[in-house]
Amino acid sequence: MESTTVQALSDTPHATGSMPDKHSLLDLYRTMVVIRRTEEQLAKAYLSGLIHGACHTYIGEEAVATGICAHLRNDDAIFSTHRGHGHALAKGVTPGALMAELFGRVTGCSHGRGGSMHLFAPEVGLMGTSGIVGPSMLMAAGAGYSFKLLKTDRVAVAFFGDGAVNNGAFHEGINMASIWDLPVLFVCENNMYATEIPFANATRNTDVAARGAIYGLPGIAVDGNDVLAVWQAAANAVQRARAGQGPTLLECRTYRTRSHSEGMRDAGYRTREEVDEWRTRDPITSFRRQILAKRSVTDDELARIDAEVEELVTDALTFAQNSPWPDPATASDHIFSEK
Amino acid sequence: MREMTFTNAAREGLAEEMARDPSIFVVGEGIGARGGNFNTTTGLYELYGPERLRDTPISERGFTGLCTGAAMTGARPVVDFMFLDFLLDGMGELINQTAKIQYMSDGRIPMPIVFRGSIGIVGASATHHSGNYYPIFTHLPGFRVVVPTTPRDAKGLLKTAIRSDDPVFFLEHKALLNSKGPVPEEEYLIPFGQAEIRLAGRDATVVAIAAMVNRTLEACAELAGEGIAIEVIDPRTLAPLDIDTILESVHKTGRLLIVDEDFAPSGIGAEIAAQVMALAFDDLDAPVMRLNGLHTPTPYSPSLEAAVIPNTKRIMEVIRDLLAE
Repeated sequence: MESTTVQALSDTPHATGSMPDKHSLLDLYRTMVVIRRTEEQLAKAYLSGLIHGACHTYIGEEAVATGICAHLRNDDAIFSTHRGHGHALAKGVTPGALMAELFGRVTGCSHGRGGSMHLFAPEVGLMGTSGIVGPSMLMAAGAGYSFKLLKTDRVAVAFFGDGAVNNGAFHEGINMASIWDLPVLFVCENNMYATEIPFANATRNTDVAARGAIYGLPGIAVDGNDVLAVWQAAANAVQRARAGQGPTLLECRTYRTRSHSEGMRDAGYRTREEVDEWRTRDPITSFRRQILAKRSVTDDELARIDAEVEELVTDALTFAQNSPWPDPATASDHIFSEK
Repeated sequence: MREMTFTNAAREGLAEEMARDPSIFVVGEGIGARGGNFNTTTGLYELYGPERLRDTPISERGFTGLCTGAAMTGARPVVDFMFLDFLLDGMGELINQTAKIQYMSDGRIPMPIVFRGSIGIVGASATHHSGNYYPIFTHLPGFRVVVPTTPRDAKGLLKTAIRSDDPVFFLEHKALLNSKGPVPEEEYLIPFGQAEIRLAGRDATVVAIAAMVNRTLEACAELAGEGIAIEVIDPRTLAPLDIDTILESVHKTGRLLIVDEDFAPSGIGAEIAAQVMALAFDDLDAPVMRLNGLHTPTPYSPSLEAAVIPNTKRIMEVIRDLLAE
């Protein structure tokens, strides 16, 4: 995939945006590890029957949610996909609330109504993951419309995959956000497959970032496995949005290393070699290597985070497993507002 | 009391609400400086400008989803579809997102959004500008459905719709838009779920919807000359449906007919009939009857168009059949 707009790779000189300080580097590391360990635990929980429905992991793509959400406040809104665990955790949902949701418990972030694909936590700006491909782009544009109308500096983010960019919502959502200068980030997580359909089979031009020009907004492609590249591109895009300069399309090129959904056969559409090649570009391992090499952080500091996250996730599992089921009498509550 | 048209009364309601609450905005095609194909927003652009009277590209799915996101985050959108038929491109957003967000968020995210559009068969509009569609929305959990008949109701119900935190369909039958009626000067709201008895009678109950209310009243005026006294109920909102008012009337008359321009299968009449049978079987002296528009796409030619809509003569015939049961 070639793009004329690739920029902000973390190992190249940076024209714009500063590097994260040490505290932020450790935060980025911690968030990625939280997502990874939580999902590894979820994959095990799936096998032991604790998860009753689907479970789409984000393993391999952690750098994207982490690099984007690092710039967001609780009152900024994100709209996510069926592969949304990483977005939820990066935006501030706790591992316990995520696990409990997939276990169908009342302490889950959607109080047991959603499962893997319908995560809601408006208190931290998670305005929903979705079982339908496409709507995130329209709803984020709408949140951007609200934020502008209400004269705030809040921003909205739409996460979506390469599978969504040939859907009408991409065209309509980005077009409207562009003509009305809405404070929105359109973040395409291009993991090369829409479930099992290779992106190259779904479009003649696989350069998503280049589509930005069609709608008159900046389109930027970054290495989605490089958390610093994502962080920097997002810093500029969020700043633009908050300053009223309009939306940005960010294409983060990444890869999911587990099957589309837990329990699904992962063969027939990609090779073992391809998966292994991407595993060598693991976003957590690379970032760890990079910040240690630059002596930005110490081994001990990272080891401390690893241990802390291990404990957090173990506690989350215990919490989720011991949480009560929702009361069946509430099955039809809140279809309408109480007002 | 002053007289206003249905359209002007509804627009006055919208204008009052926009003046009261700056988070309200309207989107649609030509609802800005042009004032709307049906004058739904005439004069408002001059007051509130392009951000609150937003002309859109022809992207019905797009702005349905966009306004859903806006409603989730503090704004109160009014989506003006011009013709309700145009909303069908946005059905996925409406059904999978708009209707479900309050529930899926367990009541933490409100959905204050109004979808308005003209409905109904009139003036050779043909099949892409004539649909009614309301049973689709009453079928689904999460929607309020409003079908006003009088100018007074149009204003009072639109104000309630805009203040509601639920998604509301505000459906304006084209045959009613220029009809005139009394509208109070002072502010008022009309709650959802309260039917209005438009004509009191003892011999049979007729529930009529939207433009069929006026046709039914014409039929009943003729029947009154023969000493037949029909009670005519205008439900005003189909979701929630005021079944109590219908049950009370049936308790008195023992006979029920539902007159609806929209299709019979799986429609509003079927729902009302089922509820009345379940709740008031012993009150019924005759089977519940329905009179509907033909179950067909809407044809263009006036001779064909007239054949698919219940007319006054046909309503009188069916009422006579009901009384003969």
